Formats: sequence, structure tokens, C-alpha cells
Amino acid sequence: MNKTIVIDGKVIPFQDGQTIMEAAAEAGIYIAHLCHNPQFTPHGSCKLCTVKVNGRNCSACTFPASEGQNITNISKELNDDREKITQMLFVEGNHFCPSCEKTGNCNLQAVAYHLGMTDNHFPHFFENREVDASHPDVMIDHNRCIFCTLCVRASQEVDSKNVFAISGRGLEKRLVVNSESGLLKDSDLDVNDCAAHICPTGAILIKRTGYKVPIGQRIFDHAHIDTVTLANEGASHDE
Amino acid sequence: MQNFIRNLAQENDFQATRLLKILRAVQAKYLHIPKQAIEQLALMLNVPRTQIQNVVAFYSFFHFEPRGKYDILISSSITDLMVGQEELINYFAEKLGVKIGEVRADGVVSLANTSCSGMCDQSLAGLVNGYAITKLTKPRIDEIVENVNKQLPLENWSQNLFDVQDNILKPDLLLNQKTTQGEAINTTFARGLMQTLDEVEKSGLRGRGGAGYTTAWKWKFCHEEQADQRYIVCNADEGEPGTFKDRVILNSYADSVFEGMTVAAAIIGATQGFIYLRGEYLHLHEKLEAILQARRDANLLGKNILQHGFDFDIEICLGAGAYICGEESALIESLEGKAGIPRNRPPYPVVSGYLNKPTSVNNVETFLAAANIAIHGGEWFANFGTAKSKGTKILSISGDCAKPGIYEYPFGVTAQTILNDCGASDVLGVQVGGPSGTFISNDEFERKIAFEDLATGGSFIIFNNSRNILDIVHNFSHFFAHESCGFCTPCRVGTSLLKKQVDKIVEGHGSAGDIVALEELCQIIKNYSHCGLGQTAANPVLTTLERYPEIYQKMLKKISYEPGFDLDKSLEIARRMANRDDAHAHLAQVED
Repeated sequence: MNKTIVIDGKVIPFQDGQTIMEAAAEAGIYIAHLCHNPQFTPHGSCKLCTVKVNGRNCSACTFPASEGQNITNISKELNDDREKITQMLFVEGNHFCPSCEKTGNCNLQAVAYHLGMTDNHFPHFFENREVDASHPDVMIDHNRCIFCTLCVRASQEVDSKNVFAISGRGLEKRLVVNSESGLLKDSDLDVNDCAAHICPTGAILIKRTGYKVPIGQRIFDHAHIDTVTLANEGASHDE
Repeated sequence: MQNFIRNLAQENDFQATRLLKILRAVQAKYLHIPKQAIEQLALMLNVPRTQIQNVVAFYSFFHFEPRGKYDILISSSITDLMVGQEELINYFAEKLGVKIGEVRADGVVSLANTSCSGMCDQSLAGLVNGYAITKLTKPRIDEIVENVNKQLPLENWSQNLFDVQDNILKPDLLLNQKTTQGEAINTTFARGLMQTLDEVEKSGLRGRGGAGYTTAWKWKFCHEEQADQRYIVCNADEGEPGTFKDRVILNSYADSVFEGMTVAAAIIGATQGFIYLRGEYLHLHEKLEAILQARRDANLLGKNILQHGFDFDIEICLGAGAYICGEESALIESLEGKAGIPRNRPPYPVVSGYLNKPTSVNNVETFLAAANIAIHGGEWFANFGTAKSKGTKILSISGDCAKPGIYEYPFGVTAQTILNDCGASDVLGVQVGGPSGTFISNDEFERKIAFEDLATGGSFIIFNNSRNILDIVHNFSHFFAHESCGFCTPCRVGTSLLKKQVDKIVEGHGSAGDIVALEELCQIIKNYSHCGLGQTAANPVLTTLERYPEIYQKMLKKISYEPGFDLDKSLEIARRMANRDDAHAHLAQVED
């Protein structure tokens, strides 16, 4: 007999060892997230994927599915709170979508639209963050980093390198580069590395490609993040 | 430097798990962690330089830029503020000729604030090169300034500057016990290991750090986990502001604590134990090392302990200034030589802890109780306390009272009894369990210290009627924003937003909607944060807002909107640059 969990009233099967997020993705259920990508070890830091498991808040990307779980993924309360968490990410960094070359392809922006976010709600921090444009092909704009560690994990787990890390405490956290100078040009990052392409925002960009696809023809200009994500991430589990 | 680092790495067997110890030595010698040291250590310990960089950035006591030869930190917890911390640190800064947070131009001295240093019953307290100094007054500050300016070596300073008192004012069940070395170990083996575990279960002992998990279950799960190695860890990272009982226990009952660890290790099947001592308690380090050595010499540690065929030893690991490391999985990360970031659960540490092996992390006081339970049996302990909270609790009492210090009570004692005993009068309220706990008002003093009512790791801070609730909340919200590890969004961003929102209201810039906004923010932080730090970081606001809504309301302007900052003050730079100071160069805070 298949083991099952219930998400928003729908009974879905899971296998032992699967997280709630994995089981949901396979069943075609989208749970909002930013720091998760099924290719890498789950991290559980953005907290957007928080769901109620038998009344208790859990991160769907790290919490194991198990028999008897009654899970709420969609509710007004959860969606409102996810919106607030997204707004926190917006005010923490410096995200100016209209002037960002990632606009339309940006998961942060797309999640914000998905959650119906229309303003930043909280006061901005206006943190002074830098840009590292030293690498010939790849640049880092720290203003847009949300500390999801996808680049860190991609570099370690897919590229078998160790180019990125997150350093520091609290609001002082920064993405750092593993090179003596701390500059990207002195690291062993290659433009073809997974880590160079995984950023969900515009923090890590490939140079000279920003406007190859015109605004208006980009991923989220035509599709919502839930369908795009399920098509990408749901499918990767079926393989 | 190269030789120094090489020898240091070698002394530590090139183990990356000893990174904090190594970096403490580098910081002490070079007054910062030089870039060159990071490069060399990365190679020698075979870890990415970014891991070392992260550790340096994460812990308050490590610095990328040199501190003064005398690095002075002044505790800035609420109990310090209550004895005039602000005036005294300004006095200190003025006498030293250094700005707070900076290094004097000659490089001799630096001065800064630090989180609660665990000396709340002998405030104002601080640290000089890591060593605790207490009861700072202007004359004592003058003496320190003179020592610093003469560049007198620390060992030649008057020892009474470093005097740390136990202040045990009410000993009970545990603090009255005089045990002999080896008694708990021998009784445990004579009774049988599993039988002793049963006694611990019968005793009803629950974790004394505050969370209150049943100790026997933790040990049982750890024991039952299949593994080739298991670890026992004593959590002596007593960082909750207002708590200092573990310092006293370790100063005067260390043998019993080590004995408790040894008993626990025998039960779960661990051969290695750690005591994670908060960096602020550096003054205890040497003494504890000596006690461990004496125990090794007496065969109470090491191979075949007391001929019971059981090997076990204990290593002391010092922290480096991070409240979050009191959280057990963050503590384990720190023991592994990393930044203290709480892990995802499951798996729990009893399944996968230190080096991914089953690990039981227990509080200092828990081990003290366990050692005594091993000797006297479970019933002896369970006879005290309430139905759900057995035994006694050791409390750290500070704030507005005649006799601050250490008090031990059977669980179920009322707040009023404690207040009477310590000589508190005209009391406004008590912060029970530290900033992460609860504020109780003077209508609630019949409430009981117990897991089922007022749970506490031991902190009990008393405020009299001359105190302002908002000053307390202000201090605590700054504390959490400073100590958030930054791993998850709600805590990293939320605690800083909360700090700003509290500041806005306290500084009188709040308006109609700001209390709703404050509460809403608190709920996000509380409900969505990754670990206990974030989940409790909003408690100071939530518990006082519930009890004193009028105090918050009174701070609000009677208008629909008020800017969150001082408009006119913000124009100061513009005025200076434009060389103008006429009426048109000023803005009213609110449009008339």
C-alpha cells in the first residue's frame, strides 16, 4: 500500500525519505519557495515554504513526509505571511526591478507577484552593498543577494568546486568568494558552472547576456511561477 | 607568524574542529585574525578559507581589524543599564580617550559594548582581554585606566578587579550536597547502568536550560541509536541575559557536573565528552582544566575509570561570543569549528549530532542534578517540586533587590516568595527566563516557577516602579537583533525590523497604526523563525504589550501618520552643504 499525506484536503502518495516539498512537487502541488531547488541538499532558510503540518509550522523543503500528516499549504494566513517574508527580503537588500536585468526571469519577483505583493510594506534598510565585476564573464551584485545559498550548494554539489559561501552574522551576512583576494576573478568559477546560472535573483549574472531576451518575452512575463516551477522541478523527480 | 600558526595547528592535531580554539589563540596574540593566518590555516586544516572567514565574522570576539592591546568590553544588558552603564561607559571612554567601539590611536586600548556577560549580580561588569571584571565604579574604572596607560601586564593588576563572587544565598537540595569524588560513578555501576537510567527517569528530571525535555529520554534515544561513537556535551554557553547560575555551579560544583557527565556517558555509551564554556567565562577555564586533570589523576576520567571497564574523557571548548550557540544544534556546529547556525530538524542531535554521531547535549545544572540522582536515587529528587516539574531549580536573581545572587527552590515556588527572600520591594514586574521568557506584572506574583507555569532557564530579573517598561523592551529587542545568526529570513530581517519599530515608538515617532504593525511583525518572527532564538525574540514586546498596552499607546502621536525618523534632523547635512539655516531650510515633523 502506498503511504499518503494530505495537502489542502488532497490525498497524495509519498515514499519514505521524501520531504513534503518533494512529495508535493511530484503530485503537481506548488509550495512557494526561493532557497529550494530539488537538485541540491535542502537548506530551509527562506521560510517561504512554511506549511502547517497538523497545526504546526514546518519548512516543507526540509521536513520529512510521514503517514498521518494533514498539511495546509494554501490559506489566507499562510499566504499573507509568505508575502510579509518576501517583503522582508525586498527591504533587506536593494531590489529595483525596473532597472534590474533579471526582471521577468527573477524568482524573487515572480514569487512576489504570485503572492500578490504590491508594496514593500516594511521600511527599507538601504544597506550599502557592493558589486564585484572583476570576473570576465560573471558578475555579483550583492544588492540583490537573498542568502539562499543556491550558488554555494551548486558549486559544491554539482560543480565539485567551492567557489561561494555565506559569511557573517545576522544582517551583516554576505556572500563571499573563495579566493585569496575575495574577488570572483581569482576564484575558479567558470561561466559554464551551474553555480553561475542558479541565482534566483539578479545577484549573480552572466555578463553580456542581460537583454538577449527582450523584456516582455521572459519566463514570468507569460507564465506564473507555480506552473514554471512544477514543470521544471516536478518533472525532475519523475525521471 | 608562520611558525606560530604552524605550531598552533600542530598542537591541535590539524583538526578543523578545533578552529575556535586556534582562532582564540591567534586573536589573543595578534589582536585580530590576520588575512595571512586565515590563508595558512585553510591549508593546514584543509578547510576552505571561507569557513574560517565565516567563523571570524560570526563570533563577536574575533576581529578582522586589530583591537587594542587591552580590549575592554562592557556588558550592556538591562541589569547593567540599571546601574548606570551608559554613564559609566562614557566616563570610561572619556578617561581612556577612546570612542566606544573603536581602538585608541596608539593601539593600546579599545572599548566596546558586549551582550550580557553573566555577572548580573555584580554589575557593572565587563571583560578585559576576555577576563571578567566586576562591580565597575568610577574609582575602579580610574584604576583600570591607570593600569592601561602604564601598560601594566594583566597579571600585575589588582586581583580584586577580577573578583567574581558566587553569592549563593539560598542553597537547597542540590547546592547543599557535599559529594565525594567518584561516588556517583561507583553507585551507578553498582546499581547497573540501565537501572540508573531508570532512576533518572523516575526522578522526572527535565532539561534545566529552559526547554525542559525529559533528560532520561534524551539519554535513552541516544543510547538506542546504532553508532560506533556517541558524544556527551555539557552546555555551559549560558548566554541568556540575567542568567549566571551555571557560572557558579562550575566555579563551586564542577566535580559533580563532571561526575554527572561521566554517568551520562556510561549510560549512553560515549567515550568522549565536551564542555562548551561560553567565552565570557574564560576566568573559569584554567580552574576547570585543573579539576579535569585531577580527575584524570584519580582515574575518574581516562581509561578504565575506577576499574569499571569504561573509558571517558572531557575536553573544554571555549565559545567566542555568540548567544545562539546556547541552542544545542548551533552549539554542535560551533564544536565542529563552524559558525553557530542551528541545524534543520529532524534529525535531532540524539540521532545525528557532533560529527553526525548521536549526541546528548544537556545543561550544566542538569548534570549536577543527574550526579546527585545517581547517588540518591530518583525518588529522592521526585519528592520535591510539582507534578510536572520535579526537583529544584537554581535561579539567578538580579535587578532591583537587596540581595541579588543564586537561589535554589523546589519547583512550584511563587514569584512572591522569591521577591520576599531577596529583599525586593515596590516591584513593577519580573522578567522570568530572560528576554526570551516572560514579563510578569505585579498582579501575577502568585504564579509559580515550573514548566507548567513560568518556565525558566534560571534568569529572574526584578524591576521596581522607577523603571520604564519600554527601556527594557528597547534593550531586549536590540539584543536579539544583534544575536540573530541570520540563517532564516523572519529572524534575520525580522529582528532588525522589530528593533527599528520599537525604536520608532520609544523615540516618540510612532503614530496610530504602529502598534498593529508591531504586533504583526512579532507574529511573523515568532511563527516562522527557524529556531528558538527567533521564535522567542518577540516575547519582550508581546508579553509587555499584552500587559501594558497603555504604555505603548501613550507614546504614539495623535495623528494618522508620523515619519519614522526626525525629518528636520535629517536635513542637517543638506543645510551644512548649502550653508543655509533660514526658516525655509527647516521642515516641521508634521504638516500643520
